[in-house]
Amino acid sequence: MAWTRNVLRVDLTNGTCKREPLNMEWAQQYLGQRGLATKYFVSEVDPKVDPLSPANKLIMTTGPLTGTPASTGGRYSVVTKGALTGAIACSNSGGYFGAELKFAGWDMIIFEGRSPKPVYLWLENGKAELRDAGHLWGKTVWQTEEIIKKAHQDPQVRVSSIGRAGENGVLYACIVNDLHRAAGRSGVGTVMGSKNLKAVAVRGTLGTSSVRDPKAFMAAAAAGKKVLADNAVTGQGLPTYGTQVLMNVINEMGALPTRNHRDVQFEEARKISAEAMHEKRPTDGKSHLVTNAACFGCTIACGRISKIDETHFSVVNKPEYWGASGGLEYEAAWALGAANGVGDLEALQFANLICNEDGFDPISFGATVGAAMELYELGIIKQEQIGMEAPFGSAKALCELAQMTARGEGFGKELGLGSARMCAKYGRPELSMSVKKQEFPAYDSRGIQGMGLTYATSNRGACHLRSYTVASEVFGIPVKTDPLVTDGKADLVKAFQDATAVFDSAGICVFTSFAWTLADVQPQIAAACEGDWSMEKLNEVGERIWNMERQFNLAAGFTAKDDDLPPRLKTEPAKTGPAKGLVNGIDKMKPEYYKTRGWDANGVPTQDTLKRLGL
Amino acid sequence: MKVTFKLFAMLQDYLPAEAKKDNSLTLDLAEETTVLQVIERFALPPKSCHLVLIDGNFVPPAERASRQLREGETLAIWPPIAGG
Repeated sequence: MAWTRNVLRVDLTNGTCKREPLNMEWAQQYLGQRGLATKYFVSEVDPKVDPLSPANKLIMTTGPLTGTPASTGGRYSVVTKGALTGAIACSNSGGYFGAELKFAGWDMIIFEGRSPKPVYLWLENGKAELRDAGHLWGKTVWQTEEIIKKAHQDPQVRVSSIGRAGENGVLYACIVNDLHRAAGRSGVGTVMGSKNLKAVAVRGTLGTSSVRDPKAFMAAAAAGKKVLADNAVTGQGLPTYGTQVLMNVINEMGALPTRNHRDVQFEEARKISAEAMHEKRPTDGKSHLVTNAACFGCTIACGRISKIDETHFSVVNKPEYWGASGGLEYEAAWALGAANGVGDLEALQFANLICNEDGFDPISFGATVGAAMELYELGIIKQEQIGMEAPFGSAKALCELAQMTARGEGFGKELGLGSARMCAKYGRPELSMSVKKQEFPAYDSRGIQGMGLTYATSNRGACHLRSYTVASEVFGIPVKTDPLVTDGKADLVKAFQDATAVFDSAGICVFTSFAWTLADVQPQIAAACEGDWSMEKLNEVGERIWNMERQFNLAAGFTAKDDDLPPRLKTEPAKTGPAKGLVNGIDKMKPEYYKTRGWDANGVPTQDTLKRLGL
Repeated sequence: MKVTFKLFAMLQDYLPAEAKKDNSLTLDLAEETTVLQVIERFALPPKSCHLVLIDGNFVPPAERASRQLREGETLAIWPPIAGG
């Protein structure tokens, strides 16, 4: 099996915890994690629910390979209706929390209602109880983890919690585990905060004894690990340079969104790149990067652990930030850096530490700062409103605004709304670089056309992790396609979306897909899980999950009009680089995509499509 | 002719020390020098020359022996990498 077959239902309103059996019929149709938890969610929650009302639910979920020896088998996801987007949300995190949840014997935790007072959930194998978190409210993620571990006198306890951002209603608050891994996007932490749920702490010692055919599974897992080790990307590139190695590549290609997407190349990109992180600083002779790091069971180890320059203005007399900690990864470095024109690596690391410490998404935060800086430069927001000068490129403003957002102070409250609501408030909604109110990640869709369709059609709002066509359009994985054309992108996006849904439902990291195809994953799932798990079935499961999420969003009120890009990307051509003169061709790709998906002209799945997928 | 030459990630070790801080070097090349000739001049392992861009545009492996560089162009090369 590989599923524990145990679901924990936590009624926060009444303070009860109840075990129920996993719906194995659904497990055969949706596999686990993203797919299976979303099936539970859409079956139980009104699509029109206010994300921050007690009627919304929040599910923490593992996959069948979570906690197994499959490489990267440590993932868990949070499924809810997103506070930022109002769309289906599924945020995926690594670290060690997911595996520990599995070791405690749980596939999934469903949180319902709202606690009358702050609580945290304590799980010790099959034991589950809600405990008072009054003393934790107002604490950061880092403080919360330390206090809980001390209280249980066990350093092996794994904690997933919200920081002050989740308490203060920052609409893109994260749920952070293991200090610097996060279910980061769409405001899942905001939903958790609205439920007065501060943290989940878990200790599991049951192991994962439920693999269907252990011998076959170990052979399949070992074969998969060999593929990852032998592959130059997953075996060498990612462990050595991390995702940050993309900074110079994407800049060279003219697809690095800069200064709120005004430009597509950042003149200081190299200063905030992976190569810069390896260099020794003149101030202390040490490199920014300390080491790489791996999540549970991962044989890639792409994570970055860095030390900030103790003499940098942001941390003078703040020794709590001087230790080695997570970052910088590419997305955070871009959003905090190029997106607002800041080329100060140490300032980016400081802002990143604040995002980790208080639990908010650096992508949405950084991009919202970029929008605010544009509003400032246009004279729409004044210095008195922000409390400081905030032109593009101001590292001081970035660092100060990160702290204000974490604390919910002053202009930080407005930044906490996200760029869509903030720009609308100031009468310039078109300056929000977002889809479905979620900010773009680090690829400009004028220079990488397929990413425009990826963003526009992503079920959770603009996101690169729903269909990473960059792999094909830039790196040639699995085949090289031309980033500057729209032809063939509808099929490419659909293929990436469906395959990614399977990876996200299995309990493994999507980064394995730089070396693995579904054909490498299939033997591991088939050996671990009961039932028929052929390639054909996995492809169908991916497509079913995508359409299920789509159906939820349509019922929530989204329409084809929401599958669109901001006018800047459709009317303002790239100024430099290979894409000079180009805008994104979303209007050409979208109808092709709908047709490829088996949807009608309004983006609604046809009855034939729904019937074929058993929806 | 003058051409800007950039090497990144593990390939930056093939640059002269003074060029590493910018990952960039200006080359003075004879007319009609090809991409492959530059790769060979710097003794770059062919397998490591995964992503080859001229002014940001991809040069497929099959064209590297025939693609001649032109005055003012930028040739940038990466080993196999990815991210997200």
